[in-house]
Amino acid sequence: MRQHPFETIVAEHGPAVLRVCRAVLGPTTAAEDAWSETFLSAMQAYPTLRADSNIEAWLVTIAHRKAIDQLRAEKRRAVPTEHLPETPAKDGVPGEGEPELWKALHALPLKQRQTIAYHYLAGLPYAEVAHVLGGSPQAARRAAADGIAKLRKSYLEGEDR
Amino acid sequence: MTTTPATPAGDGELLARLTETDQATQERLHARLAAAAERAGILDVAYRTLDTPVGPLLLAATERGLVRVAYAREDHDKVLQQLAGSLSPRLLRAPARLENATRQIEEYFTGRRNLFDLPLDLCLAHGFRRTVLTHLSEIGYGATASYAAVAAAAGSPKAVRAVGTACATNPLPVIVPCHRVVRSDGTLGQYVGGTDAKKVLLALEATP
Repeated sequence: MRQHPFETIVAEHGPAVLRVCRAVLGPTTAAEDAWSETFLSAMQAYPTLRADSNIEAWLVTIAHRKAIDQLRAEKRRAVPTEHLPETPAKDGVPGEGEPELWKALHALPLKQRQTIAYHYLAGLPYAEVAHVLGGSPQAARRAAADGIAKLRKSYLEGEDR
Repeated sequence: MTTTPATPAGDGELLARLTETDQATQERLHARLAAAAERAGILDVAYRTLDTPVGPLLLAATERGLVRVAYAREDHDKVLQQLAGSLSPRLLRAPARLENATRQIEEYFTGRRNLFDLPLDLCLAHGFRRTVLTHLSEIGYGATASYAAVAAAAGSPKAVRAVGTACATNPLPVIVPCHRVVRSDGTLGQYVGGTDAKKVLLALEATP
């Protein structure tokens, strides 16, 4: 089978990869940098990708590594703050409409954020999530369940107030 | 192995609130990707579409030059798929590389230009067809030539039908002026963009 134009890969998977990057890194410029790095790197390797590959899983694997790069870079230039920075983009405010949910998500431990992002936002089964993260599918499932439970508590209860 | 959904009811619902995407951000990130890919030298094919009096045209360029102009009737999605197969799948909507071509085509359609001055990549045409295309630019703006005359100019006077095929498969219509090739009896003949488009182009060029 012949490969699709990379443009269609960006159109089909760009939004999901952005949600994944934001879930892991918060609605920040770092998330957008991770998105850009992901697609640039994917485009570089695209002609050698096997035609029967699972594109979504492939992209999430790359996004996972790029997000980790961003986290490391952030640590190096870390400025401790009480609060998350305000949304940096002037147009198309990241996470528009649900800033509290993004914030609650970003407050979770990294592993929980990652499992939620890869399973719920990118739609990968836990076996694939485990493949990306390392560890067992059971562990991935548990981390996601713990994260969701915490989200319910912090976000939904906050909403009731 | 069970296929029980891992999702307790409601979890998806909570996260579904995050699935909205903002168009402006996607557009901005796409433009950023196109620019970065160009800088990195991995943007093998850049394309855009352009509205013209003969309908929307697809313009595509490699790093060497304009490589494809396609009419809507050729089906732009199909053309992109073909370019991905024959040239490279590293293909993005990236108007920056096509700025010059866009400007010249707009000038042509407003009657302010009668000669294109663009780097062309003829890699999609081979053999005799390519030879024919190189002779088409000898037919000046506002003039026409017969298929037989083009065949003679290309060095194969008997290859009239082959000239017809070369015109029908011209990867760069409008720019490489196959619309100026008409039948010996004076009738229009076929055109890759449809006979209506051929009429529009010839009428445009006949306007002083």
